[in-house]
Amino acid sequence: MMEYAIAGVEAALAAGARYADARVMHQRSESMSAQNGDIQRLHQDDQAGVGVRALVGSSWGFFATSELTAAAAGRAGAVATETAKASARVPGPELVLAPVEAVTAHWESACREDPLSVPLSEKAELLVSVTRLAREAGAQLSQSYYQIWDTDKWFASSQGHRISQRIRECGAELTATAVGDGETQRRSYPGIRGQYGTSGWELVRLLDLPGNAPRVGEEAVALLSAPPCPEGVTDLVLGSEQVSLQIHESVGHATELDRILGWEAAFAGTSWLDLSQLGSLRFGSELMNITADATIPGALGSFGFDDEGTPAQCVDIVRDGIWVGVLSGRDSAALAGVPAGGMVRADGYNRLPMVRMTNVGLRAGPHSLEQMIAETGEGVYMDTNRSWSIDDRRLNFQFGCEIAWEIKDGKLGRMLRNPTYTGISPRFWGSMDMVGGESELVAWATPNCGKGQPMQVGHTGHPAVPCRFRGVRVGVRG
Amino acid sequence: MTGTGPEAPADPDLSVLADRLLELVAPGVEAAVTVSDERHGLTRFANSFIHQHVGEQQLSVGLQVASGGRTASATTTDASQDGLARLVTGALRAAALRPPDPDWPGLAPPEAPLANPEGHADRATALAGPAERAEVVASFVAAGDGLAAAGYCETRATRSLLANSRGQRIFSSATRATIDGIHRAGQADGCGLGMSSRLGDLDGERAGRTAAETARASTETIELPPGHYEVVLEPRPVAYLLDFFAVYGFNAKAVEEGQSFVSVGEVQFDPALSIWDDATDGRHVGLAFDAEGTPKRRVELVRAGRSVGVTHDRRTAARAGGTAISTGHAIPGGASRGPLATNLFLSGATTVPVESLIRHVERGLLVKDFWYTRVLDPRTLVVTGLTRNGVFLIDHGAIGPAVSNLRFTQSPAAAFAPGHVLGVGDDATLAPGGLHQAWHHVPSLHLAAWNFTGNASG
Repeated sequence: MMEYAIAGVEAALAAGARYADARVMHQRSESMSAQNGDIQRLHQDDQAGVGVRALVGSSWGFFATSELTAAAAGRAGAVATETAKASARVPGPELVLAPVEAVTAHWESACREDPLSVPLSEKAELLVSVTRLAREAGAQLSQSYYQIWDTDKWFASSQGHRISQRIRECGAELTATAVGDGETQRRSYPGIRGQYGTSGWELVRLLDLPGNAPRVGEEAVALLSAPPCPEGVTDLVLGSEQVSLQIHESVGHATELDRILGWEAAFAGTSWLDLSQLGSLRFGSELMNITADATIPGALGSFGFDDEGTPAQCVDIVRDGIWVGVLSGRDSAALAGVPAGGMVRADGYNRLPMVRMTNVGLRAGPHSLEQMIAETGEGVYMDTNRSWSIDDRRLNFQFGCEIAWEIKDGKLGRMLRNPTYTGISPRFWGSMDMVGGESELVAWATPNCGKGQPMQVGHTGHPAVPCRFRGVRVGVRG
Repeated sequence: MTGTGPEAPADPDLSVLADRLLELVAPGVEAAVTVSDERHGLTRFANSFIHQHVGEQQLSVGLQVASGGRTASATTTDASQDGLARLVTGALRAAALRPPDPDWPGLAPPEAPLANPEGHADRATALAGPAERAEVVASFVAAGDGLAAAGYCETRATRSLLANSRGQRIFSSATRATIDGIHRAGQADGCGLGMSSRLGDLDGERAGRTAAETARASTETIELPPGHYEVVLEPRPVAYLLDFFAVYGFNAKAVEEGQSFVSVGEVQFDPALSIWDDATDGRHVGLAFDAEGTPKRRVELVRAGRSVGVTHDRRTAARAGGTAISTGHAIPGGASRGPLATNLFLSGATTVPVESLIRHVERGLLVKDFWYTRVLDPRTLVVTGLTRNGVFLIDHGAIGPAVSNLRFTQSPAAAFAPGHVLGVGDDATLAPGGLHQAWHHVPSLHLAAWNFTGNASG
């Protein structure tokens, strides 16, 4: 397949591009869903094609075709260059690329049990049984779902990159919904977005969906009669799954360099961060240490090379509470004067690669969840994300969780329903005074991060631990 | 560049491909084949220049099989004879290994489209290249007269054919062109858009001027305390909300599961409002049939405030029984998500110019757009989100100063309830839904109250 990528690059250069690269991708995916003990949908997809990216002046031109021949790839390369040239009607400053060494390499994610080879009957039985278990526990509606992606990529650039990769990803999820008179309550396991990784089916086995199905069913029912989370300002302890969402929305997206530079202004939005403050701005408390690490084995945002041929790396984003790094690609890095971060990916052969979170996560701290609760006189412990909303500069957020418990005098009290909290990003992170330890670290995943036009669905990872935040507004409701 | 260049090789013969695939399926197996050919181009601009300029041509083939009540679906981009054979083998093997599907409703019966299947197709738009889109962008940017512009111009052409072993064979083609962008004056943004099945209908200059006027009027903002405010929502935020009604409200699966507020037969909306879905209306865009091959038909959802219908696919219609039929709203993967309205209209019994709506507001807010809105509870349809691209104080019937963005936590179902709609504008237009599901044809609305729960300070 590499020859098709090379054909695309050569045709783009021949048409006048000053730089070009191409990706051939072959992606096989499978998903199955069940509801209340019956399989709802089984779908398999096989997509292949080549996408060529050409740089002319201030603009990328990109063209993709599902026809996999050298002639079609060459035609795509020529059209990519012609498309970039058409951008000169509305021109800007010439785009340059941060330097990256051209390499010839192959990389594969670790996979002990090929997920596509696990018998469909076994996978179906898993979903059927866990949805039955959750329903038997009282939830009117129980759903379970798995997704598998097996992707081969061949990347070539006019600089000389020749890189192939095979990345296998999978994961699963379970939700139980109790329907009350006026509202619904839901519990999810392991989290609202399940749990996914660059891993084989062994990840799904480790989740132990059957062992957790009765509990989520019972908790969904119990939530219907739980008192609502009271309104007020209090201390807030978050479970690691909710912390991962907080990182994704208020740190990950805020530090994407394409947003900071205004390239996403009309759709995904911009960022409250100003590059002139990189290295000096206080983003959070001294306990806040965030990295973007694409090298974590098994995490969903891991790979060998990004879709520009930059090697996976670990980049400090926030160190001791100070903003020190960004998520970047070769073009945005050159403009900002930082090294290329290796954080550019596309969700298919037919999409232009763009800045994407890798595994943006919080480093473990010196505390534990048990200690946080024991040392909180009055507060709320919330877990498992339910709703998420943040403004287009990534400052003003309101998040909801599926479940909460009140904390009184260092002990967990009543279960609370409809918990929400709201805040302003740097103020909120500045109030973090306890961070869970290494043993509590979970590399959570977001398999459905939407960004870009045309919309792309990104796979990102978010290592997180439980944390405590002081003086947070909770219990906002409509 | 136009379709005479390398971007536009000859159109594949969808009918031949569909027949080849159906022939590969064993006798006695129910099968539905969908073959689609799509040409898509998108010209993206930011900081007032084009920075990302993309195009693609993709042929995709989908197969749904049912054998002995066991079902599976598969898709591929490989239309070679070997690729089609692998698709059939894989789908049949997958179906054989899964448990029976108790809700399998069978394939769509033969039925012709209810409107011209190519009524939303425009050849010039299908053949449009990057240069034509760049012209629209140039007009949008120039209209800002020095403001920073960002957004996109898109053209899309889709030809799709569905054929099944029950004898249904239905073809449709459609095109779509969009200009949607913002102008920025410092931190103040304003938006402007246009959408049609014809690229030639787009007026980049007009959309850019609208965006620039709002941005310039928003450079100085005041901050208002949270609270309930009377509002005039322009068409864009109204269309934004309709996606939530489509997904969580009028979706028959959500109703059946008790997760929707909709109760057919009850007066749940203000009598001023009627809502219906109609892909066959010339004011909308899109294909003439749904993912199951059922022709899309007009379905009335709210008549003068009373909920009168829901959208069905074949599964939900079969489960509902009685006189329920598919309304042509199946989506890919719909067994899990349910049938969705993708061509909504909202109208009022009487409509007035938007200036008149504003004149009747003693103290309230004019809202241009919403952003990042998500559901807290699907049953009550309480959502939280933010304003974006312009909010203005209305004081004694006149538009006053710009207001910094506000967060809201509000059920749109409650906001549209009887007695809560104080006026309907005569400015209905197509605008995008907030869950990226569809565009809807809606006017401005004057609502008695909207619950803002936060402001820029927190």
